Amino acid sequence: MNKKELQIVANEVRKGIIVGVYNAKSGHPGGSLSATECLVYLYFKELNVDPQNPDMENRDRFVLSKGHAAPGLYATLAAKGYFPMKEMENLRHIGSMLQGHPTIGVPGVDMSTGSLGQGVSAAVGMALGARVDGKSYRTYALLGDGELEEGQVWEAAMLAGNRKLDNLCLIVDNNNLQIDGTLEEVNSPYPIGKKFAAFGFHVIEVADGNDFDQLDAAFGEARNTKGMPSVIVMKTLKGKGVSYMENAVGWHGQAPKADLYKVAMDELTKAGDELCQK
Amino acid sequence: MSEIKKIATRVSYGNALAELGEIHKDICVLDADLAASTQTAIFGKRFPDRFFDVGIQEGNMVGVAAGLATTGKTVFCSSFAMFATGRAYEIIRNSVAYPRLNVKICASHAGVSVGEDGATHQCIEDIALMRVLPHMLVIQPADDIEARQAVKAAYDYHGPVYLRLARLASPVFNSEDYKFELGKGVTLRDGSDVTLVATGLPVTAAMEAADMLAGCGISARVINMHTIKPIDQEILLKAARETGKIVTIEEHSVIGGLGGVVCESITEKCPVPVCRIGIQDQFGVSGPALDLYKLYGLDAEGIFKRVKEFVEA
Repeated sequence: MNKKELQIVANEVRKGIIVGVYNAKSGHPGGSLSATECLVYLYFKELNVDPQNPDMENRDRFVLSKGHAAPGLYATLAAKGYFPMKEMENLRHIGSMLQGHPTIGVPGVDMSTGSLGQGVSAAVGMALGARVDGKSYRTYALLGDGELEEGQVWEAAMLAGNRKLDNLCLIVDNNNLQIDGTLEEVNSPYPIGKKFAAFGFHVIEVADGNDFDQLDAAFGEARNTKGMPSVIVMKTLKGKGVSYMENAVGWHGQAPKADLYKVAMDELTKAGDELCQK
Repeated sequence: MSEIKKIATRVSYGNALAELGEIHKDICVLDADLAASTQTAIFGKRFPDRFFDVGIQEGNMVGVAAGLATTGKTVFCSSFAMFATGRAYEIIRNSVAYPRLNVKICASHAGVSVGEDGATHQCIEDIALMRVLPHMLVIQPADDIEARQAVKAAYDYHGPVYLRLARLASPVFNSEDYKFELGKGVTLRDGSDVTLVATGLPVTAAMEAADMLAGCGISARVINMHTIKPIDQEILLKAARETGKIVTIEEHSVIGGLGGVVCESITEKCPVPVCRIGIQDQFGVSGPALDLYKLYGLDAEGIFKRVKEFVEA
């Protein structure tokens, strides 16, 4: 899949995110949109997975440790063919498969998450499991940057570094915003790269985590890193792709009303049309 | 009189786990720097590739256990009850119980019989914390023979289990042909005036108390309630109907523990007076374990006095 095709998928995923949170009248669009390229890259380029066989034994594992970006993960899984994109309309509804945060049982979801910090530990467990069984699969976990304020992240990182889990790749979605403000305003986890380096990680800094070329280089480097786990710290734009949500802290956990829903969908439709004409 | 053999249930756990590890290659064991105390070191020595001492990070240990379980492993993880259930509580809830993963939280040093270390290490809330979680089973064996079988039962059950173990060496009273049945209370002695429902180490004291009560003309039934969740409703309702009074005995807070379960279980169908012996909404204190049992009325004499008062009231 080339860059343009990936961009088209990412645009469809963004529509799915907006449809989901609009119909749910709640959910987390900002951090789903910042991570969209990363999620699409993972499922369409990086991960050895098969939507027809979601429980394939040697599949690569993915844990959405920033579980509130569930709309992003669900829409990506739908785009990949795990279930129909129409399912996004049922997000967060009673009886829906798509709970507010990722749940084991949804095709393609490897771990239930939502409480920050816990997904990293689970990912370390999966990587250890591969080692115990002598299996070749890799484990990836996507973290929020605000999530780095959770102590559990560093407990897990210490263990991963000390055990030299080179089959583990963490990704930090560094959009610099959390619910109560910027990271610096709340409780800065910076310098992120230096902290992970001190915990025994190979650190890959990505200047624009919404750019597929840069993601391609970063994941390649992570895959080729031996003897230590990798972390990709990618700078991203929160709310990317929907003008009024971009870099706006208020859209962390809020759904658009009908008028703004239309604005978002019009923008994404236009962006999609432009990509197809190029 | 021959010497009664005494073994701590944590030792039974360590031995049983190592035996199971020989048979079942899917077993992985985690510990948080207390492997010598929780006895997981026996497994660790024999199967170093399937044993992970993560250091002093109980929360991460449980999260790692959850991740390992998703790869098809049966994961046992151990620490002291205080840290395994208290420190790691929300991680057990969200990463183990909610996704119903195959993780066994096997915690030693439960209750006040931890002794001299005092209140910070005497967990008297863990039964309450664990039994309130959907999908979670709660088991507390009373002696070595029961504990070894309980470990096997925990392995055979696919899903989250909390196994509550003790530091203190305690008398082995079950016979070698004893069969542990998950979710089934064991009537150790029949009686008609009152039923003593005990769990864990105080079961032996309850038996002694029943002997003393018999001397005063009080016929006490004694039930060993090794499985606290799912609770054996049937045996409790039968006891309520047939003896009309129940006394619960546990090395745990009377709030939310066995006393709580028993009250909840009989209230709807057959409410009878229940006297709850245990720790009365307070923290423990430092002291030798057996002296602490006396202090909290968990020794045979204390149980005897309390039951006598309750029955004669």
